[in-house]
Amino acid sequence: MPHNEFDNSNKFPDSESAGRYSRQVQLSGFGQSAQQKLKEARVLVVGAGGLGVPVLQYLTGMGIGTIGVIDADVVSLSNLHRQVLYNENDVGKSKVETAVNKLSKLNRQVSFKAYNQLLSVKNALEIIINYDIVVDATDNISTRYLINDACVISNKPFVYGAVQQFEGYVSVFNYLNGPTYRCLYPTPPANGEIPDCNTAGVLGVTPAIVGSQQALQVVKLITGIGKTLSGYLQIFDFLQDEQYKMKLKVRPESRQITALKNSYAEVVCNTVLKLSVDELFDWYESGKKFQLIDVRELKDFITGHLTGAVSVPYNQFNAGQIKVNAKEPIVMFCQKGARSNSTAQMLQQKYPQAEIYSVLGGMEYWEDEFDDEYMISPGLQNGGGGTV
Amino acid sequence: MNVLLFGITRDITGQSRLTVPADAGINTVAGLKDWLGVHYPGFKQLKSLAIAVDNEYANDEDAIGPAQEIALIPPVSGG
Repeated sequence: MPHNEFDNSNKFPDSESAGRYSRQVQLSGFGQSAQQKLKEARVLVVGAGGLGVPVLQYLTGMGIGTIGVIDADVVSLSNLHRQVLYNENDVGKSKVETAVNKLSKLNRQVSFKAYNQLLSVKNALEIIINYDIVVDATDNISTRYLINDACVISNKPFVYGAVQQFEGYVSVFNYLNGPTYRCLYPTPPANGEIPDCNTAGVLGVTPAIVGSQQALQVVKLITGIGKTLSGYLQIFDFLQDEQYKMKLKVRPESRQITALKNSYAEVVCNTVLKLSVDELFDWYESGKKFQLIDVRELKDFITGHLTGAVSVPYNQFNAGQIKVNAKEPIVMFCQKGARSNSTAQMLQQKYPQAEIYSVLGGMEYWEDEFDDEYMISPGLQNGGGGTV
Repeated sequence: MNVLLFGITRDITGQSRLTVPADAGINTVAGLKDWLGVHYPGFKQLKSLAIAVDNEYANDEDAIGPAQEIALIPPVSGG
């Protein structure tokens, strides 16, 4: 297809901005002055996934002047149920490049900057300084703390959004000396304390609602219309259709950040291979060789574990003590898939060449699908399982 | 005392709200956290937990009473 098929620059000259934005400019209390503020604004969207996609689409449509988008991920099939800017032909392609390509066709008046990389301690401050507002549309806790600290240091407000299962969370942090993310959670949770990287699952439409709320907060920050969620955390329970709004408090010490930490233990989501329980079942059926490491607590392991599993309880897990056989994949296994994911990441960092999987949904999914197949239970010590 | 639950606290307790009996004698946020750890051991692993009292962020030393509505709000990271 010719690249210029969507080049509408002749059809819609810049002078037609009034027509493009007429439906929002005509709003009482908005008008041409608010539209001009959007045009002059520079917004950085961190993450081009479930939250980032709707944020990017609406900020582009509404006419933000400059939009930066940073993400190192590529489109995968399991993204498409919620990241509907992408399509099946995009699987395997860079998210930021694909997104900017499509968004430019939505509104070529927007100036885009694509950063095909992770936000990191090394680049965060130098990138954020170029923007007025940051949107936290990430999927992991460590990048959220990095964004918080970089925004406090740079004195930039940021619009927070998060989803988990059927819940959504939105706030505006660090706006006009208001509360920050560290005022709510002063220190990060330990690895595995809460589900990270969408391991708990997410219903396709919920990040779209939260991301749209984030886009709304951005527009209110820029134009000054209405009130924002600065000082509040808004929680949506999409399953029960209930909302909860919590008033936040400023912790003065949380504002005393002068430098980034050396490391935020930057979690890179999606780098660990995922194995479904069906695939694992097929591996058993086919006699494939693999090493299964069960990181549940020992008492759970004793109650019942899969054939050949070795017990390394999560709180004793040390990547350096795992013997890696380059010829056999390693399969990390836990109750729900969160702790197997985080230990798989630790192991992958230690052994970049190894083939390491995390079993999606862990024992809960296994029992749902296969009940006690390949399960070793007490009194049936014949499966070669053991502890190290 | 009625307690609303969010995020991982729903997984820990298996419910979206719970009632703390009046005779539990809880009168501070810290006391509530201790009570939760005793009755639902999963809370002992949850170091990062925000608690709201009547829709407002509360610190560990803040007083709470049976008429107040509590919410447990752990960090959530997905997107």
